[in-house]
Amino acid sequence: MIDLAFLTEILPKLLSGAPLTLQLAVTSILLGFILALSLALAQQRKSPVVSLPIRGFVAIFRGTPLLVQIFLIYYGLGQFSPSLQAVGLWGFFREPYWCAILALTLNTAAYGSEILRGAIQSVPRGVVEAARASGMSPFLTWRLIVLPLAFRQAIPSYGNEIILMVKGTSLASIVTLMEVTGIAHGLISQTYRAIEVFVCAGAIYLTLNFVIIRALAGLEYWLSPHLRRAP
Amino acid sequence: MIEAVRLLGFGEGGWAAALLSAAVVTLILSVLSFALGVVFGGVAAAWRLGRSRILRFLANGYGTVFRGVPDLLTIYLLYYGGSVALTSAGRSLGWQGFIGLPTFATGMLALGVISGAYQAEVFRGAYLAIDPGQMDASRALALSRWVTLRRVIIPQLLWHALPGIGNVWQLILKDSALISVIGLVELMRQAQIGAGSTREPFVFYIAAALLYLAIASFTGIAFRHAEKQASRGTQET
Repeated sequence: MIDLAFLTEILPKLLSGAPLTLQLAVTSILLGFILALSLALAQQRKSPVVSLPIRGFVAIFRGTPLLVQIFLIYYGLGQFSPSLQAVGLWGFFREPYWCAILALTLNTAAYGSEILRGAIQSVPRGVVEAARASGMSPFLTWRLIVLPLAFRQAIPSYGNEIILMVKGTSLASIVTLMEVTGIAHGLISQTYRAIEVFVCAGAIYLTLNFVIIRALAGLEYWLSPHLRRAP
Repeated sequence: MIEAVRLLGFGEGGWAAALLSAAVVTLILSVLSFALGVVFGGVAAAWRLGRSRILRFLANGYGTVFRGVPDLLTIYLLYYGGSVALTSAGRSLGWQGFIGLPTFATGMLALGVISGAYQAEVFRGAYLAIDPGQMDASRALALSRWVTLRRVIIPQLLWHALPGIGNVWQLILKDSALISVIGLVELMRQAQIGAGSTREPFVFYIAAALLYLAIASFTGIAFRHAEKQASRGTQET
């Protein structure tokens, strides 16, 4: 049923979209992580002036579809091109690439900040008090105690979020970016062989996700020396 | 601003009725796909927990593929793959020409397949969280397998599964926007139509976002309420 010659013909075509998929994923995950961490840390102060707007941002980006967010940024803001031109931002919002990156970044930052906030909360109070009691400055306590413990705690959930982001990059194809899913859609509508194209494109995503899952498992192992058996 | 109010109003040239009825389509589509996902997820979880190696392998593969592949790709597979299969079936019956699949049914199937892959994980985890002593106790009381399943296992399973199920619901509700790519006029598509014909994309996508947010919040509250109801017997208050 599945034609191998056809598979070897479409695989290189689909792979040519992989660099763009990777670029979108890596850029938005890294920027999103920085933003997520900043938002999670900003909420530690418990000041409503800071945390209310952040809570609103998180609720909006977690409660609406990513597709709506991308359309709102790409098409919606396009409506204000004269004013964006006036402030010199039109070059950014004109490009579907940057709009997709912005939408993906804000989306993952909203989810990520909740994951990191929960992870920071899970750090036992006693550990923090012990660090303060032994004379560590608040900054040093955060750097050496709270954040490492929180990051280790956050790895499994953050890993799920990273996988969701890799899958989310496929929506960039709807704003004309030809990454793997965009190319797959093109191939399906040219050849009408949906199963073969799905198998090939799906294999690319599964490989990518497998590598990410293994890498994160390695990171978690490396960060958990206390759970390993003594050599 | 006044223009936006007029566009989103009920009066002449207002899109409120169209957007609200599209939101109802989104809600119905999501609920039905979610229910279909319960069936797929329940079967897949049972297979994964069962003794048959082949069924375990199949259920594992189902979960890995549909949780790892972008949902958009799954939608394309079912829509185009289904249409092609239907067209060739039509040819063998003497019907010439292309047969397109009904978009609502295809969207429901696609979202059902995707949500089933996630729900299988939730159900499996919930089943494993049930104390094995419960099964022993049921056997000691000479309850039949069916009664054990219906009166002992499933109520506890639902209680354990509710938080995870709520997450899957939110995921499916938002994923339903992707069905707009195959042409079903749900909320996202209706917003696109409005944006296209009035050249006011910002207003329409904001309106769509707010409607999604409203559905997500209300159903979120409903799920939290259900969780509270389900855990009545287990928590001291």
